[in-house]
Parts: sequence; structure tokens; C-alpha cells
Amino acid sequence: MDLLDFARGPALQWAAYILVAGTIWRIVGIVLLKEKPDFSEPRARGGLGAALKVIYTRSFTADPFKPATMYPKMLAYVMHIGLFAVILLFVPHIMFFEGFLGFSWPGLPNNAIYVLGVAAVASGIALLVRRVTSPVLKLISNFDDYFSWLMTMLPMLTGLIMPLRFGVRYETLLAIHILSVAALMIWLPFGKLGHTFLVFITRGTTGMVFERRGAKT
Amino acid sequence: MREDNSMKKTPTVGEILQAKGVSRRGFLKYCATTASILALPPSMIPRIAEAVENARRPSVIWLSFQECTGCTESLTRSASPTVEGLIFDAISLDYHHTLQAAAGDQAEAARHAAMEENEGGYLVLVDGSIPLANPGYSTIAGISNVDMLKETVAGAAAVVAIGSCAAFGGIPGADPNPTGAVSVQDLVTDKPVMNVPGCPPIPMVMTAVLAHFLTFGTLPNLDKHGRPMAFFGTTIHDRCYRRPFYEQGKFAETFDDEGAKAGWCLYKLGCKGPITYNACATTKWNSGTSFPIESGHPCLGCSEPGFWDKGGFYEPLSTGRFDSGAKLAGAAVAGVALGAVAAASGRRRQAKYTKEG
Repeated sequence: MDLLDFARGPALQWAAYILVAGTIWRIVGIVLLKEKPDFSEPRARGGLGAALKVIYTRSFTADPFKPATMYPKMLAYVMHIGLFAVILLFVPHIMFFEGFLGFSWPGLPNNAIYVLGVAAVASGIALLVRRVTSPVLKLISNFDDYFSWLMTMLPMLTGLIMPLRFGVRYETLLAIHILSVAALMIWLPFGKLGHTFLVFITRGTTGMVFERRGAKT
Repeated sequence: MREDNSMKKTPTVGEILQAKGVSRRGFLKYCATTASILALPPSMIPRIAEAVENARRPSVIWLSFQECTGCTESLTRSASPTVEGLIFDAISLDYHHTLQAAAGDQAEAARHAAMEENEGGYLVLVDGSIPLANPGYSTIAGISNVDMLKETVAGAAAVVAIGSCAAFGGIPGADPNPTGAVSVQDLVTDKPVMNVPGCPPIPMVMTAVLAHFLTFGTLPNLDKHGRPMAFFGTTIHDRCYRRPFYEQGKFAETFDDEGAKAGWCLYKLGCKGPITYNACATTKWNSGTSFPIESGHPCLGCSEPGFWDKGGFYEPLSTGRFDSGAKLAGAAVAGVALGAVAAASGRRRQAKYTKEG
């Protein structure tokens, strides 16, 4: 078994098992937690509407914070849009998903993917620079922040260098790329990258709690 | 090139070509092409011409083991007579099951005679893999393949494994490999071994390699799989005329859709071009007529080790290899169980703090 066979076979397979088990473990573990008792008199019902509202409003920066957070927010948007496009709209990736989902969707031309991918990596690097140069951000950052950044960037970088090669054989680069994706899949449920599947759960919960307490959301 | 008395009796390659009506211009054109595809400088062309022209027919012993004869068909029936074909004719093929007139003891005697007369100077070409699980699985004149190979290569100058079976085990060596098939390089470790894989290999590769051997007395530069770099240095994908469609995201979805008719990229139909190193896209087949992708079929990756066991031929390269949905479902159930345990533990802690609070 060569490196590519290992990457496409056992590595990807075990990464998928860990991703599925870990993600469900995290979600079930949180959902089944007992709700914290709130003895205050509710100001509002705090139902599903409140959850959906915050899921939407937290996608944008509140006016008072705009001057301070506009730059990182824009970078984060570029990075996330780039990531989504590269993962979901690159034709070989669509075929990967089709392999186990059984259906596909239209993709983008490779050149568009390269541009979005480079933009995503550049934004990721700018965000890292901001994190290590800002004393406050540096203080509140831990291993999880840096490792999650690395796990996200490795598949992007290994994917982007594939057309360039740098003298390395295509199948070796492809194997390294798939292995980096496997590493990302394994880490995803357990670190801060868990926001991939927790983001709307946590936002919704916050919205329900805040509305119940009468906070402006 | 080593010359001995037995070789001096035979005509030179140049004399044979002349007798067959090959013009000087045609011969030099062949030498220039050979120099070009072997990535040699133009200054080498006269040297190649001189070496090939004056070479005595090198003795070649061709051993066929667990194979389908497709490699021989490819090399001998490649096209109407070409200069490459004549060069190939011009070697002294002293032993070849399919082509020799002799049979039985006479054939074996011819092999032994060639080995003795050209001790240390002959080439051994092998097609087919060698079974080790039981020597009786494949025998020639009562001699097992492994014994014949070891005996024959003992006095050889070099060994060339022709085709993917000889180079990497091929289809006999595919999972579950019932005959315990191995490649030539698995058994021959004390002689230069070159692999010319493919199912079948490209005829031009064989003749160019012979020209290199005649010119320099050595095998050309090889890659990590023992293949001549000049032919196996780049992927099919790199040289494919359909590559622009790959970059534009234009793919044939089926063998008869509009994309297929328009000649779009065959990646979605399982093309293994991106991971296959071979010269099909440039050298092409049938006197430069076309190659599989040009004929509308994805590359199967036949010149790569273990290509039979690399998943379905029509499965796109980017497809993962998940055994079954059942195991993923098992992982999901395990996740639910772990989550329930984690939640129960969290609830106990919550109860404790609430009580304490």
C-alpha cells in the first residue's frame, strides 16, 4: 500500500469515523445537559423566534463595535467564504462528496477556486498576524486557537500547491493533501473548530436566554 | 558495445536497415527523435547514429512467464514497418516463445547457446510475473519460471521488465494474488533492472531504450519505480490535450453526453491520468494515431504499480474509499453513547453545584 492508497483508504476512513462519532458526542453531550435554572421573572418567552433572530443578527457586527472589529470581521468573512467555495464548489471535492452522498451539484472553474483559495489563505494569515501582534488577543489565545488555525490552513495550502508541484510528484502531494484533510476531520469535533457544527446551536441558545432576560438582541 | 567472434559473424544494424530499404534520411530522423525523447543534447545524434549503425545485433533473450502475450503483440505488431520496428527486428532475438520457430529441447538449446556465446553481454527481456506460491503454477520445458529467470539473468548485462506484470506483478499479482506472483525486480537484485510498464507498454519506449543501450552500453536514467525518466517523467494529465477542460471545470459526465462528444475532460469518468506516469499523451499509439483518452476513454493508470487494486476504473480519483455506511452508522451510535455518558456526567456535576450553590 503506497502513501496515496493509505491516505484515500484507512486514513480517510478512520478520520470519518472519528469525525462522525466526535461530532455527535459533542452535540448530544451539550443538548442533553440540564438547563440551568433561571429563577428570574421572564421578560419574554425566549422561544425559537428569539433563537433564529440571534442566529441572523450575530452574523453582523453591532454598530458600537464596528470601528474596532470591521477589519477582522471582513477577513473572517473572506476566509469563510473562500473555505466554503473551495470545499464545496471545487469539482474534484464535489465528486468526493458524491462518492458517499450519491448526488452532486455544479462547481466553479478551477481558476475561480484558486483565487478564492488564495484569498482565504491570505485572510487566515492576516488574522493570525493580528492575533500574535495584539497584546489582548495574544493573552486570551491558547494552543487550541493556533492548532485549529494550522489544521484549517494545511489542507488549503497543500491543495493550492498541487498545481504548482515544486518538483514533488502529484500523487505524493495528493496523498499529503488528503492526510491533512484527515487530520482536520479528526481535530474538528474536539477543538474550537467545533463551531462548524455548534455555531448555530450556541447562537440560538444565547438568543433564547437573552430574550428571556430582556436583553437587546 | 562488446564485440566477440560470434557477434562479428552477424551483420550490423546499419547493414540490416540498408537491406530493408531504410534511407539515410529516415535513419537519421529516427536517431534525432530518439535523442529528443531521451532528453539528450543534439550533439548526441551523430553518436547515436554511429553506435546504432555499427552495432552488431545484440543478443536478446525474451522470457515470457505469467502473461497474456499482449506485450509481445504490442511490440511486434505495433504498426506497418517503421524504423523503430526495423531496429527491433535488428536485434538478435535468440529466444522468444511466441516468435521462435524452434520448440521443446531445440528452443532451450538456443537459449543456452545464446547465454554461452554472449556471456555478460546479452539482454534479458521479461514479460509476465513470476509465481512463487507453487513453482508448478507456471513452467516452461519443465523448468519453473523462477529457476529459468535466475539461470538466464546470471550472465546478462541487464534485465528489462516489459509490461506491468513483469515490472510490478500486474494482474496475476492483483489481490488476492493466488499464485504468489512477484515482479522481476523482486527477484533480480544483482543486475541492472529497468521497468517498461504498461498494459501493454509503448513500442517506441522499448526501441529507444535499446538505442540507448547500443549507444552508451548502459540503461538510461530511471525513476523510483525503475522506469526510464525520459518516458515516465511526467504524468498523462500534464501532457493531456484535454487538460484545459479540467482547468475550466468542463467534464464529461457519461460516455455519450454532450461533454463527451465535445471532448471534455474525463476526470469524472475515472481518468487516472493525474497519477499515471507514461508517454501515451505525447508518443501515442498506432504510429502516433491516438491514445486512450483521445479515443474517449479515461486512462486506467496501467503503468503504475498495483493499478488493478487502486479502486474502480470508472471511480473518480478524488473519491474516498469508505468500506460501508454501516461502519459510519456504528460511529454515529458510538457518538450518541459517548454524548449520553458525557451529558449524564455533566448533569451530576450540575446537580452538585446547584445543591452547593
